[in-house]
Amino acid sequence: MDIVAFITTFNFQLLQIPTDIQTILSVLFYVVFGIFLFYGQRIQMYIMIREVQGSLYRLKYIKDEGRKITVETIKEIGKPQTDPATRVDRLLDYFTITPQNLDPAGIVWKLEHILDVRDERMKDEVKTMAPAADETQRNNLENTLEAEMALNYIYKVIRHFYLLGKKTLSLYIIMQIQMILPLIMREAEAYASALKAFAYGQPIGDGAGALVAAKLSIGYEKRKVAKDCTVATVPFEGRTAFVIKAEGPGGNVGKPGDAIKTIIEENNGKIANVIMIDAAMKLEGEPVGEVSEGTGAAIGGPGVDQFKIEEELVKYHIPVNAVIIKEDIGDAVSPMRKEIFDAADKAIERIKQVVLERTKEGDKLIIAGIGNTIGIA
Amino acid sequence: MQENIEAQKVPARALLIILVVVALSLTAIMSANYILGHPEIPASKDLALYLLILGAVGLILSIYILLQLRRRIVRARIESPPIVTVVECKACGYKNSRAFQRGDYIFKEGEACDKCKGKTLITAIYREVKDKERDTFPT
Repeated sequence: MDIVAFITTFNFQLLQIPTDIQTILSVLFYVVFGIFLFYGQRIQMYIMIREVQGSLYRLKYIKDEGRKITVETIKEIGKPQTDPATRVDRLLDYFTITPQNLDPAGIVWKLEHILDVRDERMKDEVKTMAPAADETQRNNLENTLEAEMALNYIYKVIRHFYLLGKKTLSLYIIMQIQMILPLIMREAEAYASALKAFAYGQPIGDGAGALVAAKLSIGYEKRKVAKDCTVATVPFEGRTAFVIKAEGPGGNVGKPGDAIKTIIEENNGKIANVIMIDAAMKLEGEPVGEVSEGTGAAIGGPGVDQFKIEEELVKYHIPVNAVIIKEDIGDAVSPMRKEIFDAADKAIERIKQVVLERTKEGDKLIIAGIGNTIGIA
Repeated sequence: MQENIEAQKVPARALLIILVVVALSLTAIMSANYILGHPEIPASKDLALYLLILGAVGLILSIYILLQLRRRIVRARIESPPIVTVVECKACGYKNSRAFQRGDYIFKEGEACDKCKGKTLITAIYREVKDKERDTFPT
């Protein structure tokens, strides 16, 4: 207690600190007021920088963990002779330049060509890194790499704005990144769970459409109809349904545009209806796994397949219906939730309704399950 | 002007600051206690109260920041929810749920049925999510 006595005596006897609380509070108020008057914006900026910094630490952690999982999975499945880490690091910075759009005519084919080249390159890289992996595993590894590439890109962009904001001390640079940070973090977390799902070959939420197609075509013979796409001819409510999906169970979205085009051409355009099933973004407040119906080609991605489908449908005047299963970005790329799995049966019921109402007995129709078929045969 | 982003450095620095604040807060509380116990010290009771409040606020703030830091560390882990594989017997319809194993996929022919030794099929792979209480709004 001697030290306490010393400090107390030092404070109140030697320094003669004013003991009137009101005086202290008044002085404190003016000091704080002055600080906020002149440095308010700067303080606000530092708070934002701290917030962005915190998220950046988390992004770095997620990215590094992702890289670790990717390298370990390649080693475990691919049994490479050399360490794949260097090759993985090189691939993380791989980029794609989209075609020039000053003259947009024919841009879809240019984009398709570039995407095909990229896909081939990724497949070759995975083949070299994981020589012991079979085709399914190679597709899963390719998807794992893509998820890690996305995480790496998100981290680099956020780091760029963070460092730029610190360097220029510009409130607006920091502010714009801080404002969209919650959405970016949600996306990064979604990619992190996607990466694990891809590494283990688990079905993901985006595969809802592929699951519906798989459920409809189970037990029927499948044939390859386009690159990484299969079709099964299924009797359905007195009609003939061509059920199209990506070739599973490896991580694959296939080329449903080419598949639908081929089936329509094979049948000389005599297709009564095209029904497309896909996972779609839900709005906040909507339940996960809600099934909705609409018109149009339900397919995401860069737009090449949607373009091809629409061209073909217009050529033969074929009506197109869409059935979507709602989910958010996190659910779409993480292991499939039970609600989404259960929604596949509801979607099949909805397809039956559409088929009965919009087609006649004996008609031919196409049912296309769109999405990544990872973990679904 | 290369800057390194290293997550490991922050907790140590923050911990040091927290320790200093805790030490100062404890000193303030002990000083207040000393003043109250010794009327011969030329300091008013108001000041003792002031020190007590300052010490208490310092302690509460330190605990709060410490808890926040811990939460941030916990949040930094990538969650991997348990994935369920449902295996169904094609002959007797017996359903069995087990943890997901690498190589499982929906509609894969599985191992022999536990009951009838018939062929089994993986009919479902999913994760169950316990929804946290969210803000709702009438539809």
